[in-house]
Amino acid sequence: MIRFESVTKEFPDGTVAVDALSLTAPTGKITVLVGPSGCGKTTSLRMINRMIEPTGGRILIDDRDTSTIDAAELRRGIGYVIQHAGLFPHRTILANITTVPLLLGWDKARATSHALELMDRVGLPQSFAKRYPSQLSGGQQQRVGVARALAADPPVMLMDEPFSAVDPIVREQLQDEFLRLQEEIGTTIVFVTHDIDEAIKLGDQVAVLRVGGRLAQLAAPEELLSRPVDDFVADFVGRDRGYRTLGFRTAPFPTSSEPTVRLGASAADARGVTDDPWVLVLDDDDHPVGWVERERLDGTVTRDALHRGGTVASTDGPLRQALDAALSAPSGRGVIVGPDGVFVGTVRARDLIEPIEASAARERAASSADASGDEAGEGAGEGIVVAEPKAL
Amino acid sequence: MDWFTSHLDDVWRLSVIHAYLAGIPLLLGLVVALPLGWLARRFSWAYPPLIIGTGLLYTLPSLAVFILLPGILHTQILDPVNVLVAMTVYTVALLVRTVADGLGAIPDDVRLAANAMGYRPVRRLLGVELPLAVPVISAGLRVAAVSNVSIVSVAAIIGVEQLGSLFTDGFNRDFFAPIVTGIIACGVLSLLFDVVIVVVTRLLTPWTRARAAS
Ligand SMILES: Nc1ncnc2c1ncn2[C@@H]1O[C@H](COP(=O)(O)OP(=O)(O)O)[C@@H](O)[C@H]1O
Ligand SMILES: [Mg+2]
Repeated sequence: MIRFESVTKEFPDGTVAVDALSLTAPTGKITVLVGPSGCGKTTSLRMINRMIEPTGGRILIDDRDTSTIDAAELRRGIGYVIQHAGLFPHRTILANITTVPLLLGWDKARATSHALELMDRVGLPQSFAKRYPSQLSGGQQQRVGVARALAADPPVMLMDEPFSAVDPIVREQLQDEFLRLQEEIGTTIVFVTHDIDEAIKLGDQVAVLRVGGRLAQLAAPEELLSRPVDDFVADFVGRDRGYRTLGFRTAPFPTSSEPTVRLGASAADARGVTDDPWVLVLDDDDHPVGWVERERLDGTVTRDALHRGGTVASTDGPLRQALDAALSAPSGRGVIVGPDGVFVGTVRARDLIEPIEASAARERAASSADASGDEAGEGAGEGIVVAEPKAL
Repeated sequence: MDWFTSHLDDVWRLSVIHAYLAGIPLLLGLVVALPLGWLARRFSWAYPPLIIGTGLLYTLPSLAVFILLPGILHTQILDPVNVLVAMTVYTVALLVRTVADGLGAIPDDVRLAANAMGYRPVRRLLGVELPLAVPVISAGLRVAAVSNVSIVSVAAIIGVEQLGSLFTDGFNRDFFAPIVTGIIACGVLSLLFDVVIVVVTRLLTPWTRARAAS
């Protein structure tokens, strides 16, 4: 757990980059610092490993005041990932990854075998071990950056816009892998980004900072979308907030049975199962593969004949996914699968409205209970909020 | 050509001395320039005096230095130590700026990453900054090597033997063969130094060629 206690940074030129920041980054969770450029995100992050010293307040890691720990020692126990990876150009990928373990005095064999294991984990082929950073793409270098930061199994990892410099497709891939990795290793992470969508996607909790380094809101992503505390946060979080909250809400919804055919069935079979212009196709494992248009069928049902537009939602997935499946299906009936990927039924957009409204009502009820209830209760041990009133 | 073949032993002997007088100061100069260049880069107030000061050293006329040094060092005028010290000074003059620039050319990202990983200054210098500065420092060394080979020959005027002695000899006897031989031998020696520096640099910097391999 990392705790900021009224931390302030005033640079020698008088710039106040961070102003009385108090927040807690809970153990094993991802805390995202987000805000416009120059709002003090990087400064806040670098104060954690003392690359920048606070001018006021203190930072504790697992209740130890960081200012009492030797800076180099402290840093060896904290992974750090930056935007352009900052790999050592003169060292091979393997040597880059083993940097901190060797600084810590691990023996070489152990450092190497652990590094190779990490390369696997972050999706780098082991054949890259002997390459140099300049021989890797930006996305691959960033993976090395993550592996290098994790090489000594630090309990804490700091990440400063690690995915901002790669193209959008690679970024999304890296984000998904990052979430999977975090789930496996459970490192306490503080992640900085200026991209609110990234913050909402990755954060267990999100701290929105405003210029001048003041905390505007600290909340779970869903709450940020549904209850921004002021105009600044609402603006920053952006449009479609109501719709985007559906990405976090689950609720049971009704599905209807749907006539289906299997891949390889004849056109006549397909026309036989329904009068509807669209027929859903399953593979031999009952996984949906797509829709075919009844009129256009001849011969047998092949993958080539499938309509590609529809998305698939899971019964236990967020409502946004189900709604998207309904809206994207050429038939207007969203394809729903169980957690195992086996086809369950279809759902229409109109049948989702009621569950959506019900979940919104539940959310409102829950939050007003929160607000009227024990205000000082520290959010069920989740280590939340506590924006310190600024002393004048 | 006749002169050359009959004096092969002499030319060889003078070449070895010349290589020694020019080469050893190259190494000594590098050893002195490394900490000075590091200081100039580490403390911004130290940069102007160090760079300007060492730069001025190079403008000292070599003949004057060879003549004055024995008085300063309390050595005999013919003592080769005078030449070694003078050439070391010239090497330092050329290399301090090179070292400072080489260390300064390291990407901020890399320095930042090294700090964030818990490097302390000395280890960072030896493990990260110096290796990355090798290409720049090596370029400076190549210039210093040629410069040293050329300046050392001036010491012939004060009587310290090396390839320069062929020039004074030829001049005194109004005889071209030793002069031409001396010029060629100096050229070959410069080339040899250059080849050694380039080869060592290549061995130290495999990463600079990795791009092409990808
Ligand atoms: N070394 C410094 N000296 C003076 N001002 C600085 C320094 N570093 C950052 N700042 C200022 O502090 C503010 C916050 O910077 P930073 O933390 O880098 O913002 P962010 O990462 O959110 O973009 C900015 O106004 C920036 O100009
Ligand atoms: Mg920043």
